[in-house]
Amino acid sequence: MMLIQRFRASFGDTTLLLLVLALSLFGVAMVYSAGQLDVPDPAVQGVWKKQLLFLGLSLIAFVAITRVQVRWFEWIAVPAYVFSLILLAATLVVGRGYGTAQGVKSWIDLGPILVQPSQFAMLATVLILARVMGGWREPPRSLWTLATPVVLVLVPMAMVMLQPDLGTAMVFTAILLAALYWAGTPLGLMFMLVSPVVGLLLSFNPGLFSAYMVLLVVFLYFYRSYLWEGVLVVSANLAAGTIALPLWNSLETYQKARLLVFLDPSIDPRGAGWHVIQSRVAIGSGGLFGKGFTLGTQKRLAFLPEQHTDFIFSVIGEEFGFFFGTFPVLVVFGLVLWRVARIAERVPDPFAGIAVFGIFGAWFAHVIVNIGMTVGIMPITGIPLPFLSYGGSFLLASFLALGMVERIAAEQGRI
Amino acid sequence: MQLFHLHARRRRAQGALAVLVLGLGTLGFAFFETQVLHNDVYALQSDANRLRPLPIPAPRGAIFDRNGEILADNVPGYALSLLPASEDTIRAALERLKPLLKLTPEAIDALLAKRREAPGQPLVVSSDLTFEQVSAIEERRPLLPGVYIDMRPKRRYLAGAAAAHVLGYVGEISESELELPEFEGYSAGQIVGKAGVERQYERRLGGRPGVRYVEVDAHGRIVGEYAPRRVVPPVPGEDLRLHLDLDLQRWIARIFPDSMRGAIVAVEPGTGHVLALFSNPSFDPNLFVGGVDPAVWKRLNEDPATPLLNRATSGTYPPGSTFKLVTAAIALKLGVLDPEAYLPIPCRGGMQYGNRYFRCWEREGHGYVNLPDAIKVSCDVYFYQVGLKIGLERFLAEGTRLGFAQRSGIDVPEERAGTFPDGPRWYRRRWGWEPTQAEVLSLAIGQGANDQSPLRMAQLYAALASDGRVAAPRVADGGAAEGEGWDLGLTEAILAPLREGIRRVTLPDSGGTAGLSALEHWDWRGKTGTAQNAHGKDHAWFVGMAGPRGGEPEIVVAALLEFGEHGWVAAQYAAKTADYYLRRKHGMPTDTVQTLRDHYLAGRPARWAQ
Repeated sequence: MMLIQRFRASFGDTTLLLLVLALSLFGVAMVYSAGQLDVPDPAVQGVWKKQLLFLGLSLIAFVAITRVQVRWFEWIAVPAYVFSLILLAATLVVGRGYGTAQGVKSWIDLGPILVQPSQFAMLATVLILARVMGGWREPPRSLWTLATPVVLVLVPMAMVMLQPDLGTAMVFTAILLAALYWAGTPLGLMFMLVSPVVGLLLSFNPGLFSAYMVLLVVFLYFYRSYLWEGVLVVSANLAAGTIALPLWNSLETYQKARLLVFLDPSIDPRGAGWHVIQSRVAIGSGGLFGKGFTLGTQKRLAFLPEQHTDFIFSVIGEEFGFFFGTFPVLVVFGLVLWRVARIAERVPDPFAGIAVFGIFGAWFAHVIVNIGMTVGIMPITGIPLPFLSYGGSFLLASFLALGMVERIAAEQGRI
Repeated sequence: MQLFHLHARRRRAQGALAVLVLGLGTLGFAFFETQVLHNDVYALQSDANRLRPLPIPAPRGAIFDRNGEILADNVPGYALSLLPASEDTIRAALERLKPLLKLTPEAIDALLAKRREAPGQPLVVSSDLTFEQVSAIEERRPLLPGVYIDMRPKRRYLAGAAAAHVLGYVGEISESELELPEFEGYSAGQIVGKAGVERQYERRLGGRPGVRYVEVDAHGRIVGEYAPRRVVPPVPGEDLRLHLDLDLQRWIARIFPDSMRGAIVAVEPGTGHVLALFSNPSFDPNLFVGGVDPAVWKRLNEDPATPLLNRATSGTYPPGSTFKLVTAAIALKLGVLDPEAYLPIPCRGGMQYGNRYFRCWEREGHGYVNLPDAIKVSCDVYFYQVGLKIGLERFLAEGTRLGFAQRSGIDVPEERAGTFPDGPRWYRRRWGWEPTQAEVLSLAIGQGANDQSPLRMAQLYAALASDGRVAAPRVADGGAAEGEGWDLGLTEAILAPLREGIRRVTLPDSGGTAGLSALEHWDWRGKTGTAQNAHGKDHAWFVGMAGPRGGEPEIVVAALLEFGEHGWVAAQYAAKTADYYLRRKHGMPTDTVQTLRDHYLAGRPARWAQ
């Protein structure tokens, strides 16, 4: 009992840690399986060893982080944020692509390893948001109050979008919304904040857009927003509706294709639709019990793209089926996220709570967008699955985040 | 601390939990739907993704002659095929194969056109690879996705050009053939009989191809054989035994003048078994195996001598004097001719009919002759009068009833029916004029609107050799009983004078038209024909029958030499064919000095002919 208590005192939520460790080891196994192809691909075959090495390094970083007091997290928020902005800016200049994403500038080449600064920028953004909003003494009343956190997120997010990396940018949005939510922002205000995005999406159907605008005005009237707020929101929505087409035209061809294919993969089964179709075939053919570890034919025969990174969950679905693969993994992710939310609930400190819940938002977005993409209910954006996908930067960033969560749990969670 | 009070945090956590359950629940349902509810659809797609059915060609049945000698068999060959893929992929693969297989741009276009016809089938690029080509391609295997080489049986024709027309040849099934009912159930890329016996007995010889599945990866590379259960082994084709005598066939090919066009058909009377079926000029059917070279194909098709035409079955020619037996038979049957009597007008080298003078081939004339002698000397004037006794209408009606506008029903697909008017109206339909009675004079001597194939004439004489009936000609043993036999409906009283006539034709040194074709050991009878035609010099015909002295005829031979000028020329080849067959059949040594003429030329005494 003493041992467990001491362990808990050091590492906070033991259940969370064990769940994440299980996921990570399973991830290494799946990365190994992803390398087992009938025509071996040297770029993928041995990467499970690297993943195992990254896991070891990440665990060391995790332990180190749990030794750091929470007040240091708060202290480091500003320098970390500034540093990550510099890194992101540098990435735009010296960044390079990787694997099939050769056209983007998301990685910085550090000789033996490639680092993805956006993963660390997310963490820094969580911290800066927690620091800013942790100072709030009452819930925000107007959009103006939200200006600071919005700008703090928009800057790194814009730089990530320039790489371009739409998926990671979407995760920044999730972080912002999660942090705002935990800081007590009224839902109406959050809706006003994101309403231009809704307007942007609906503008492709004029009838739908008109109906939406009417509802928006009605909502603003009953919500009793400030007049300037109402005018701002309505004009922002109108602007979004107007720029939708030019914005669409400014998208890269592959981005357009991905979005169109999301609506109907069969329009381009050999091209942009290939990923979705093959991923769904892999998952669907896995059936209830799967084809067996390393034996997925879709993967073995290279029908499945990015099988060790973005589409690792398709390999799980193909080889372990619903019963042994996808469902248990979804449950484990559910438990992990629930434990994180539970920690946020239990810490009284605003900074700590917002930081933990910001991480919840980031991971939740990763899980929904990545797993949803493999089964075709989310558009394809190249974002990895926490603890399972191959990738050193992301694993390290995820374990750093976990370390903070656990430290916060250990330090403040015993109430 | 209102904002982060415990109750506020708990409320937010509950909200977060709700979102979490909703999000993950949606995912869980999506996976349940994909993996459990629609598993069958995706499992099928996954198999379709990776498994490619490949046909396993069935070995064709061998073809034997009546003595068990092999006419056609199989040797191992290497075929290179491309797995089904998009046109661009196939084009790229062909470009890479171009230097290895020496493909011309035209050949590549032809292959792409072939792919478009059957995009779902493997594309056979070449089925006649050399071992060097095979090893060169195997070395470059990783660079050639979608390419596979398999060993498949390759046809070999041991008789070569000697039996090319009757055996036919094999080749890849064409698009138009695929639509024919006879090739129902066949798929593109399959090797089928294209002509002759190979085509006629395709269903028996061809067997049924099997199927195997290979596993391919996303790039179309074959990564392995997919063995379990689903391999369907091919059913080998049945062997086929022919009535044909390969040695006789070869003998005919040897004696037949190379520079002349024509055909020789040998049939066994009574049974209708085809002993030999030769057409000259010929071709080597082995050229067609594994895809014919376009240049060779062009040359064969554009050759004015039409080597691909089977003259024995598809070449029809005016039968000339060989048809006089039919004229006589019709007259005897109608009771308008007494075989022993002389006809009113003696042959003085021709006769006047209406405003035209009809010549006999013999300017000096034959005088008064009875039927057997008229046959012996082939007197045209005698048969003009027989024709007039019958009359045009009756002649056409009887000839049509006997079936001279029909096929013999031989089991070789390339057979052309003879031409024979079914009545006077035929002339109006065909040529737009009314025939006069004078037309029957031409018809009576086998000229005019009458064309028959050598096979049909051989069949006719086979019927005359027995009781006026003969079975449909058969090349293969146990072939389908397609086509009925032929019954001329002649009594012995009618047949006897005809036989006597053709006996006198070949009597040595007695004035018969083919006396020089007499054979030492055999009763050899027949009728010469010298057929006028619109294309050049007269065609030479001889149709005869031979058997042991005093016995029944055992072989009927029809010989035709285009532009051979006189029937006795053809008689030599016909007699030599019959002699060769009978000598071997009766265990006698064969000899190149066979006919009376051979003896004279060789300076050998022919005491038997005195």
